[in-house]
Amino acid sequence: MSEAEFPLWEVFVRARRGLSHQHVGSLHAPDAEVALRRARDLYTRRGEGVSIWVVPSGAVSASDPGEKEPYFTPARDKDYRNPTYYELPREVRGL
Amino acid sequence: MTTLSETGSSTGTGSRFEELLAADERVEPRDAMPEAYRATLIRQIAQHAHSEIIGMQPEGNWLTRAPSLRRKAILLAKVQDEAGHGLYLYAAAETLGVSRGELLDALHAGRQRYSSIFNYPTLTWADVGAIGWLVDGAAIVNQIPLTRCSYGPYARAMVRICQEESFHQRQGYESLYALAHGTESQHAMAQDAVDRWWWPSLMMFGPPDAASTHSSKSAAWKIKRHSNDELRQRFVDLCVPQAEILGLALPDPDLRLDEATGRYAYGEIDWSEFKAVLDGDGPCNRQRIDRRVTAHREGRWVREAAAAYREKRQGAS
Repeated sequence: MSEAEFPLWEVFVRARRGLSHQHVGSLHAPDAEVALRRARDLYTRRGEGVSIWVVPSGAVSASDPGEKEPYFTPARDKDYRNPTYYELPREVRGL
Repeated sequence: MTTLSETGSSTGTGSRFEELLAADERVEPRDAMPEAYRATLIRQIAQHAHSEIIGMQPEGNWLTRAPSLRRKAILLAKVQDEAGHGLYLYAAAETLGVSRGELLDALHAGRQRYSSIFNYPTLTWADVGAIGWLVDGAAIVNQIPLTRCSYGPYARAMVRICQEESFHQRQGYESLYALAHGTESQHAMAQDAVDRWWWPSLMMFGPPDAASTHSSKSAAWKIKRHSNDELRQRFVDLCVPQAEILGLALPDPDLRLDEATGRYAYGEIDWSEFKAVLDGDGPCNRQRIDRRVTAHREGRWVREAAAAYREKRQGAS
């Protein structure tokens, strides 16, 4: 394969107004304009979206999967951040 | 902190990988995974992607000769979907650290395979209907369990693909139903197509369990959740009543309902034919690869033009 490959882009699609863009997959394209066009053809053939973002994959920084446990554990220790942590009188309403 | 393109290592955290599998969690691209798991996935996903894009050819053969504008629009949409499925799957394979170019090279040079079913010719218009009903039907039965396979990107690609395959199967059945209930010669054409596609469709599930080389490891890794024979049986059980409604016969004199199990017993599959087609001696093997290599070569100027345009614009800004 003598040809250089086009860069990889991550594709995000907003399914409809009021929802946030969600990651749907990735594709190769020479530039952002072509990436958008390809994303439209590849990921919205059946009206799956009203808006598309494309982001060069290399521009996405990510947390290290190996550090998963220590990195995310603190939040799980803090049960008191969740509403179900609190015990309230049975008869109370509207809380 | 890392970037998305870095793939997980092959060594070091084997126990973490085992934990994920045991908890029925998905393995994601940047997780550490055994080298054999990675290699198996690359082989399987690549073969699957190749099948999608080679699969465009037998049906593409009828695009200019579809019997009505409606059927032509449907067939165009279906063939475009197959291209899309190929792209989802190539992208999933690439998350394992292999490049698109390497995969296409491997296909073109015959180092990686595609499903043997696409080495059969589409002789009549009814073949398009039979492919939709039987070949896409078999693909769906094979693919639905893959939406729960252990590798996240593959499973996610399969969810999209299965949603779209459903249209493929239904359009095929509708088309075949119209022929089967048309004139005498249309009915005969539909029957002939089913006669030719039935056995190759059963072969799509792969060798019998006793002879399958990849199955046991893939099952342990939760890539494969059901055996070849189990899925084949499921497919036969679905097809028999569907064939009755079509008013077409399935070409198997041994096909009969087993009252005890409620399942259909079927005749012996000719595995020598399967092996011959897999080894390159099917009716269309050479034609399919030649066409693919030519299409890739003829598209080269488009890729070069896109690259040149990007460079020109970057220079201008």
